[in-house]
Amino acid sequence: MIPELGHFALIVALCIACVQAVVPLMGAQRGDPAWMALARPAAQGQFVFIAIAFGCLAWSFVSNDFSVLNVANNSNSTLPLRYRFAATWGSHEGSLLLWVFMLSLWMTAVSVFSRHLPAPMVARILSVMAMVSVGFLLFLLFTSNPFERLLPPAADGRDLNPLLQDPGMVVHPPMLYMGYVGFSVAFAFAVAALIGGRLDATWARWSRPWTTMAWAFLTVGIALGSGWAYYVLGWGGWWFWDPVENASFMPWLAGTALIHSLAVTEKRGGFKIWTVLLAIIAFSLSLLGTFLVRSGVLTSVHAFATDPRRGVFILAFLAIVIGSSLALFAWRAPRVGLGGAFALVSRESALLVNNVLLLVAAAAVLLGTLYPLFLDALGLGKISVGPPYFESVFVPLMTPAVFLMGIGPLARWKQDAPLDLLVRLKWAFGVAVVTAILLPLSLGRWTPLLGLGVLLAIWVIGSGFVNLRERLVQVRAAGGVTVLRALPQLPRGYWGMLLAHFGVGVFILGVTLVRGYEVEKDVRMNVGDTVAAGGYQFRLDGLSEVKGPNYEATRGLFSVTRGTRAVATLNPEKRLYTVQQMPMTIAAIDTGLTRDLYLSLGEPLRGGAWVVRVYHKPFVDWIWGGAFLMALGGLIALTDRRYRLARRERAPDAGPMPAAATQGTQ
Amino acid sequence: MKSLRFILPLLVFAVLLVFLWTGLSLKPHEIPSPLIDKPAPAFELARLDDPTRIVSERQLRGQVWLLNVWASWCVSCMQEHPVLVELAKTGVVPIYGLDYKDKRADALAWLGKHGNPYTVSISDPEGRVGIDYGVYGVPETYVIDKAGVIRYKQIGPVTPELLSEAILPLVRKLQAS
Repeated sequence: MIPELGHFALIVALCIACVQAVVPLMGAQRGDPAWMALARPAAQGQFVFIAIAFGCLAWSFVSNDFSVLNVANNSNSTLPLRYRFAATWGSHEGSLLLWVFMLSLWMTAVSVFSRHLPAPMVARILSVMAMVSVGFLLFLLFTSNPFERLLPPAADGRDLNPLLQDPGMVVHPPMLYMGYVGFSVAFAFAVAALIGGRLDATWARWSRPWTTMAWAFLTVGIALGSGWAYYVLGWGGWWFWDPVENASFMPWLAGTALIHSLAVTEKRGGFKIWTVLLAIIAFSLSLLGTFLVRSGVLTSVHAFATDPRRGVFILAFLAIVIGSSLALFAWRAPRVGLGGAFALVSRESALLVNNVLLLVAAAAVLLGTLYPLFLDALGLGKISVGPPYFESVFVPLMTPAVFLMGIGPLARWKQDAPLDLLVRLKWAFGVAVVTAILLPLSLGRWTPLLGLGVLLAIWVIGSGFVNLRERLVQVRAAGGVTVLRALPQLPRGYWGMLLAHFGVGVFILGVTLVRGYEVEKDVRMNVGDTVAAGGYQFRLDGLSEVKGPNYEATRGLFSVTRGTRAVATLNPEKRLYTVQQMPMTIAAIDTGLTRDLYLSLGEPLRGGAWVVRVYHKPFVDWIWGGAFLMALGGLIALTDRRYRLARRERAPDAGPMPAAATQGTQ
Repeated sequence: MKSLRFILPLLVFAVLLVFLWTGLSLKPHEIPSPLIDKPAPAFELARLDDPTRIVSERQLRGQVWLLNVWASWCVSCMQEHPVLVELAKTGVVPIYGLDYKDKRADALAWLGKHGNPYTVSISDPEGRVGIDYGVYGVPETYVIDKAGVIRYKQIGPVTPELLSEAILPLVRKLQAS
């Protein structure tokens, strides 16, 4: 009964979505307030019914209803409760339902927080989002029904893939999808603006917080996924350039370009066409990612059971959504007009170059991801593109981008004096160069790549401090207050920018140092053996057999010492999940600010010995720390005063913002 | 000509679509199994219905046959099972079942309940033979020719389309040669 209820709720949601996709849009064209007013309740109604469907599926999982095919395939009665719940999105069907659920969540948020927007704009935005929703609901109902029954019911389920039985599974997919799907808001804003023919600074100010929010979620989602891979796969890597990782990374790159481009559109009225195109591209890449994962055109660790019908469906959907929005762009964009002119050395230039670099990087990732497919399609054989390609493309592209990141926030809008900029930044650059030489040397080894990494990281952080100092001097000069008083006077948008940029620096430092100084040893160990790595001694004290709810495990008991001081005891496990007979490596990690100690059990050898992977990973956590700083920066920028001001003023045609609020925020 | 640049994104996307469309008909999962065109690995296993009788791959030489890896615990097997039962009725090609990592009683009960398409089923309770054949998911299906050489491998359930478009034409070709 419950699954049928969920199925029915999905059908109702589809009907609402169809109405929402058409009526408010026509209302906006005809100027009919009643038709336009339908958008909000429709969006909220859709949310209610999709939430019911989602709840029904979750209930089927939690209550072990093995008469539902999806549950029988992806759960088991011995699976702990939290993973039974998370298994709701552990399958192809369930993850699509999560996708639609997130979309309806965003739609509802738009319907609630859009009181200050003109009615035709809201109507168009929600109609565009409903069109996306229609496509996905059709896809769910016709090719991937999550509520399909299995008759006769299975006695017990096949269990969730043990790789997914992890706290990461509970948080990573929802966060990632929030980000992925969140770009649909920016997309809908852009398409609505193209339809309505209104592309101005106000439009940019409206869509900015939504985009930043989606971007922050995506950042967290990707970081969580990377951290999860790091400890769950048992060999300490944190990014694999797997097609599905790339699928989430491409929208992130485009989204990063978009939030910067939006800043220019809001502040200076420039880059309009560019911004609209980026909004379309960011969401298109999200959709493309969905296609790549769901259709099975690429092999990947994330691939679910695939079905050619599904691939054809999503491809048709992609063609309609992306094709029509790009056609709309080709038709309407020429009339948008250009923004203010700017000189070669100006903040606009720095942002433009950075945007181009980010987009080229996204294109390079796309090319690398699809290259095997291209070759295969042209009959040139089956190959796979690995990390060497991506790394050799990425470093040269990101080096100038990060360098400009240091300059951009300091450069003045419209025009700046190159010499003056150099003088202002000389300290940041000097400190960066000195650190780039000394830090690697003090850690024992200097290579050009290490030097470059440290240089860029310190440059970003150093120029951030120069920027902060200049701003504080300005505020003090204007108001005659002390530094402590001046700090809170800086707008939140500015703090957010600063923090996110610091995050990039921290991230680069983490990547550079772990790459340069990690120690990885795969050794044979018996009880009583000791191995040294990175100045630590790892001793295998014993092995024990453990029984979990749905697995059996061998646990290694290790003690870690440094000199004579005890540092940690670590208990890596080798588990065998009984239902799927699948072995899993559970690494044990001692996390620290400056290093991770990482132990995992490889294979058992004769005589009770094991292959043990002993890793010392300096500064590896800075990678995720940097990513979280970026996301935090985004969230802080969201709370900026001027978004609330704009709401209170209720001014659809607000001209330039008051100077105090606009000045210099990124 | 100035407006051409606004159409450019659409054109790029169109090219991409063409590739994605062709990509759909390709099968990246069809990673050529290292066993294709190699002799089927040897086995000597007990029959499922009569453990005292041993079947080996040598006894099956001289005919084209299918080896289907299945198990009573396998949910996807239920999906392909009716297809196999139908195929068995036509008598075109004998299907030998490899009951993989299964309990004899469960397996026999499952066949009793869903029908038995297999000429003979052999049981591989520990999955030893499965390892030799590189089984990494149940169900899997192999086409083996008269000389005992593996000519085709399907990972995952056999669908009616797959049967009529790939497996049966191959079987007929092999039978004719």
